[in-house]
Amino acid sequence: MDIAVLVKQVPDTYSERKLRESDWVLDRDAADAVIDEIDSKGVEIGLQLTEAHGGQVTVVTMGPDRAKETLRKALAMGAHKAVHVVDDAFAGSDALQTSAALAAALKSLNVDLIITGNEATDGRTASMPAMLAERLGLPSVTSVVGITIDGQTITAERVVEGGAANVTATLPAVVSVNEKIGEPRYPNFKGIMAAKSKPVAVLSAADLGLEPGTLGLANASTQVVSGSPRPMKSAGEKVTDDGAGGTGIAEFLVTQRLI
Amino acid sequence: MAEVLVLVEHADGQVKKVTGELMAAASRLGSPVAVVVGAAGTAAGLAEQLGAAGAAKIYAAESADPLELLLTPQVAALAAAVAVAEPVAVLLAATFDGREIAGRLAVRLDSGLLADVVDVAAEDGVVIATQSVFGGAYSTRYQVTKGVPVISVRHNSIEGAAPAVSSPEIVVLETTVDPATATTVTKWLPEEVGDRPELGGAKVVVSGGRGVGSADNFHVVEELADQLGGAVGASRAAVDSGYYPHQFQVGQTGTTVSPQLYVALGISGAIQHRAGMQTSKTIIAVNKDPDAPIFEIADYGVVGDLFTVAPQLASAVKARKG
Ligand SMILES: Cc1cc2nc3c(=O)[nH]c(=O)nc-3n(C[C@H](O)[C@H](O)[C@H](O)COP(=O)(O)OP(=O)(O)OC[C@H]3O[C@@H](n4cnc5c(N)ncnc54)[C@H](O)[C@@H]3O)c2cc1C
Ligand SMILES: Nc1ncnc2c1ncn2[C@@H]1O[C@H](COP(=O)(O)O)[C@@H](O)[C@H]1O
Repeated sequence: MDIAVLVKQVPDTYSERKLRESDWVLDRDAADAVIDEIDSKGVEIGLQLTEAHGGQVTVVTMGPDRAKETLRKALAMGAHKAVHVVDDAFAGSDALQTSAALAAALKSLNVDLIITGNEATDGRTASMPAMLAERLGLPSVTSVVGITIDGQTITAERVVEGGAANVTATLPAVVSVNEKIGEPRYPNFKGIMAAKSKPVAVLSAADLGLEPGTLGLANASTQVVSGSPRPMKSAGEKVTDDGAGGTGIAEFLVTQRLI
Repeated sequence: MAEVLVLVEHADGQVKKVTGELMAAASRLGSPVAVVVGAAGTAAGLAEQLGAAGAAKIYAAESADPLELLLTPQVAALAAAVAVAEPVAVLLAATFDGREIAGRLAVRLDSGLLADVVDVAAEDGVVIATQSVFGGAYSTRYQVTKGVPVISVRHNSIEGAAPAVSSPEIVVLETTVDPATATTVTKWLPEEVGDRPELGGAKVVVSGGRGVGSADNFHVVEELADQLGGAVGASRAAVDSGYYPHQFQVGQTGTTVSPQLYVALGISGAIQHRAGMQTSKTIIAVNKDPDAPIFEIADYGVVGDLFTVAPQLASAVKARKG
């Protein structure tokens, strides 16, 4: 079973993430760029499934040149090959355009299963798996905490706000993983060395057959109107408990009319 | 007035609170119109509630067993309603389900998608949606420049209500779902819904972290939440240690909350936790470590043991209520 796993490079959630004050888009220089944790979990599930059922894992990313670091990380974990969707003409793409480019790349891979994260930590859009499934005419099995595949049948436990469900769908399909699905493996030294010689295919807009007049910020379906930084809260009063810490909070809440 | 479609969230014959918020948002842009997906008779059963929430009309897509297919019936219903109504915008709740439906719909309509917005407005006839970025560190305003804006709106972020309508008209939609795209539910595993308010919309949230130490100890957090009439939340460390179920996680990869009052018990205040709660109006922190980063954003912090401070606070609140 051949699997494509989508991996996105995002600003590290441990650092202070910033928008550029000129155009309110992500300031790529402000924070370290890392593979989104959720996508490393996607890679892990992809590897487990190919270990059990055979086949190869291809990791796919769309992003600027340096996003290839993210592909290397996934290759070091054990993915077999990689696809980098990259073109200057993609700069400023919105979700609709990104889904069109990724869907074109995925179509050319012709895999049985596509795995993504359920929600990227930068945009929190949580829509890409469904958008890809819609473009490719496939089922979307989202936010799963466990998945098994038997022949052409996927069974999974899906967890979202308000409840969970056991669900089933037929391959080929798009599956998105929930962070509670388990921890990803760490690349070992051997994996890191092997990753250096694994194939990374680079696909441009022209390679994917995308119309130039549909690409990039100028043709995006959403546009920033304005932005503003929001002042963060600053520290208020801090007291050390002297035996009346709880009562002190209650008194504070009274002054704030909260109780 | 032009229509604004709202996908209705409902369960057991009740319209959910977020639907009222979406109706209020819709009324700023045009005439709110409800889209109901459910078993036969659902729309008629919900009509009175939806009218009270401001729905001028109801589009109904009803089928024998709508709960069996996951989300594709909602996409089909909205697409059919868009074709009839030519609306100004489509609004959905920014839940995982809502954002998934929105993603499919945006592709089907070849339209701009804005996820998890916290405000909407019409400015010179243009729909403007505001997003809160990186846990509220920025606010950005967007417009959709292609197609019908498909917008998911965060819980508890829209104030006010749409004017009530008496007996809204029900319009039946015929829809079909492509079986090739079907995900089927074989078993619902419903969450226990207790008496506490829902985390995303609660006015008061009391959260416990790794410092709570065990699942058994979490009753200390629950008792304070109950005295304050609030919801219970948890840090990821508390969830991953098995102290509290995962749907209660607050933070970057959990629920974003913005209550009037947030109480953090035994939570260090990691940046990813703060990303889900730092826009709360008033923040109280109790932590043994005077250098815990949570104190940097706390309006009132107590350096102390949560097991003595929290019960004392709970009894002080109780005493005040008399
Ligand atoms: C991609 C990503 C996403 C993440 N998403 C989230 C998220 O959504 N939500 C989230 O919470 N975290 C998230 N995290 C994890 C985050 O980095 C922290 O690990 C986590 O928030 C720590 O939880 P904690 O504060 O409960 O635990 P700790 O950091 O271990 O803190 C426990 C605190 O309890 C205090 N304490 C101990 N005993 C007592 C006592 N008796 N009385 C008072 N205080 C006591 C200690 O002093 C300490 O400060 C994410 C991380 C990543 C990488
Ligand atoms: N540019 C991208 N490149 C690769 N994968 C992506 C990209 N954008 C989104 N994804 C995938 O889609 C998932 C959900 O993203 P989102 O819908 O943006 O929240 C992510 O966890 C990734 O797996």
